[in-house]
Amino acid sequence: MEDMKAGDLDFAWPFEDVSRVPFQVYTDPAIYACEQERIFQGPTWNFLALEVEIPNRGDFKTTQVGEAPIIVVRTAEGEINAMVNRCAHKGSLICFKPRGNVKELACVYHNWVYDLAGNLTGVAFRRGVGGKGGLSEDFDQSQYGLQRLRVETYGGMIFGTFSDATPPFRDYIGAELMANIDRVFIKPLKVLGYHSQVLPNNWKLYAENNKDSYHASLLHVFHNTFGVVRPNMGGGIKLSDNGWHHLSYTQREGLGDEQVGREKVRSLKDQYRLQDASLMEHRLELGDTVTNAIQTVFPTLVVQQILNALAVRQLVPRGVDRSELIWTILGFEDDDADMQELRLKVNNLVGPAGLISMEDGCVGGWVQRAAKADPGALTVMPMGGRSIEASVGSRITEAAVRGFWQGWRSCMGV
Amino acid sequence: MNTSLDTAGHRDLRMQIEALMADYVHCVDDDRLEELPGYFEERGRYRVVTRENHELNLPVSLIYCDGRNMLADRISALRTANIYEPHVYCHLISSIKLTSVNGNELTARSNFAIIRTMSEGDTSIFASGRYFDRIVKHGDELKFRERVAVLDSRRIDTLLVIPI
Repeated sequence: MEDMKAGDLDFAWPFEDVSRVPFQVYTDPAIYACEQERIFQGPTWNFLALEVEIPNRGDFKTTQVGEAPIIVVRTAEGEINAMVNRCAHKGSLICFKPRGNVKELACVYHNWVYDLAGNLTGVAFRRGVGGKGGLSEDFDQSQYGLQRLRVETYGGMIFGTFSDATPPFRDYIGAELMANIDRVFIKPLKVLGYHSQVLPNNWKLYAENNKDSYHASLLHVFHNTFGVVRPNMGGGIKLSDNGWHHLSYTQREGLGDEQVGREKVRSLKDQYRLQDASLMEHRLELGDTVTNAIQTVFPTLVVQQILNALAVRQLVPRGVDRSELIWTILGFEDDDADMQELRLKVNNLVGPAGLISMEDGCVGGWVQRAAKADPGALTVMPMGGRSIEASVGSRITEAAVRGFWQGWRSCMGV
Repeated sequence: MNTSLDTAGHRDLRMQIEALMADYVHCVDDDRLEELPGYFEERGRYRVVTRENHELNLPVSLIYCDGRNMLADRISALRTANIYEPHVYCHLISSIKLTSVNGNELTARSNFAIIRTMSEGDTSIFASGRYFDRIVKHGDELKFRERVAVLDSRRIDTLLVIPI
């Protein structure tokens, strides 16, 4: 909010705090367009890929930051570069495949060629043919590289930012939230697969949903019906100092590994109506008794541990009233066959067909449909007061959602 | 061992498989989902995967039922626990092909398209893809030992709750 100005965006935050939000933010194309510049190309770290997805020199993956198409590539020196996937000549996508391996980046349209650092190294017919045509004499090839992002890696994840103002990633999320990434990604990762879920709502409705620990036991009835979250579970909410990022977790208190296993089985027998509870098994593997940990990195990343289901979820906006959630399902490189099988089963709980999470796919659309009729109306978030502070022992708070709006207002300058 | 098949052979078997596939999709499309586990062997597996994961040999599924009890649990969850906007499917099945016969176990593949209609009336193509089936003949009855539905797209619109 300090140096940034609302500029040409005709929108002022109508309230004094972030416990109320006008529906207009979900429906206004002008706000959506402005977010591309001020959020996604602003002072934020955006998830691009996992290091394990591009292990070898020349490996690339295409992704997005906001609407901007991005290439992430590992160079011959083993460095990771991220560039806007857009030829400097006519603006065509250079890579139109999701992944692959290349020596250089060549645009198929007119064969302009870039090295893996994004420098323009070749222009087809630069001297023309037979002394005719070719590049204009004042064309300075060095000025026509691909637009590069700053890149940092943490916990095996690759992040990119367009802005010079973004602080180093560690400072961006802070030590307390960095600790959860350290605790989940304790070993070399292995990708078990991908899914994508198209959400019929503005991207922020899903971003809020992830930070909304209040809804978990209310919307997702599977939890209570089948004993994923039970009253004896502890847990809470952690927030970064600025409120932008959060961690919501549940934990079984004071039990050792073996006891947790036995207690779990007993509880399932007592109240469970499933005929096969093997998809609820939890093998403690992270050195603690945390059962669920949902962490957000503003604006669009979720790091997920639900029992042994590990994943990163990348939220991509696809227009003012549509977004796409890309799940990368993870295990560890040293998983044995039993462990992998356990992960595959527990993944029934999450994802687009997830028994405990599928509702998140539709509920944002219901807000979107109802909100668009009256952009001037508002949502209220009074749970847990109006402040943005951590909560120990209870997750019945909307503090993390308010934190999201603090981050959004700060980036948007409104 | 796969047995290569001439088109004239296994005529009765092919008709039985076509009937099985038709019965299965009518069961889903008629919302008689409680009957669906009965199409599988006790330890039969049902998976819905994306073509992307399938081709990259990545093991994760959108839906993975290891045994028909897990499928029955999914049905009971969608009846009692899951929340979603009511909708129905219309499966279109084509290109059914018996691909191998080995004793009482056979394999088959087929194409599908699923047209989804929401309760408000919106109709759209929800999914297309291929079934890869391992089918076992118990007397005159055919049961799925494994049914893998491979979706052409990695994208699921909104959510996937009714089995494919």
